[in-house]
Amino acid sequence: MSDAFSVSIQAEDFDVNAELRKLGQHSLQTGAVVNFVGLVRDSNDGKTISAMELEHYPGMTESTIEEIIEQASQRWTLSGVRVIHRVGPLLPGDQIVLVAVASKHRGEAFSACEFVMDFLKTKAPFWKKERTSKGEHWVDARDSDDSAVSRWK
Amino acid sequence: MVDVLFFASIREQLGTDKIALDLADQTMSVNEVKQHLIKTYGQEWEGALFAANIINAVNQKVVDGDYAVSNGDELAFFPPVTGG
Repeated sequence: MSDAFSVSIQAEDFDVNAELRKLGQHSLQTGAVVNFVGLVRDSNDGKTISAMELEHYPGMTESTIEEIIEQASQRWTLSGVRVIHRVGPLLPGDQIVLVAVASKHRGEAFSACEFVMDFLKTKAPFWKKERTSKGEHWVDARDSDDSAVSRWK
Repeated sequence: MVDVLFFASIREQLGTDKIALDLADQTMSVNEVKQHLIKTYGQEWEGALFAANIINAVNQKVVDGDYAVSNGDELAFFPPVTGG
């Protein structure tokens, strides 16, 4: 995978502006940069969340996301994709994930960004554990994520 | 050896994150490995390992229960993913 297409799995927070600037600069043919940032919310299903823990499968997270990026590049003409996903302990308001896509025109960038996020949600081996006043529990996978992915067939 | 890895709620249910399994020069299907683990570690393991939504991965690629495993492979069991 070239420099312009990359994924990082890390505990540290990321700087969205710095990432977008770097992504846009890989090619002077880039006319569009689109991004998504996922954040930790403080409530889910009626429960107040005080903290979240992100577990992952080292190695498989990277290779799965690289495959998703590869599929996006085959489907649309892109000049770059940057994915960062945090792991470990997080608090409400924290950034969890960045998906950013660069392309010549905005159509591809918008579509590819959504595609990468939809597949990341259903394929990348991460698991969220929420801490609430009632204790800790693992988050359940959502049917809506499976439906989102099926529209790309 | 086969490195058998367990993640998230499955890891918590079974109380272990990793087991090394020696298949010698044999090949076993993923389902046969599960049966072997249940025989070795107890019937309580059956619920977690044969849960309807469990995902199997061999060498970091998702596979079904018939997939063949041999020494040198990495086998992982985990629940539906919830990243992003």
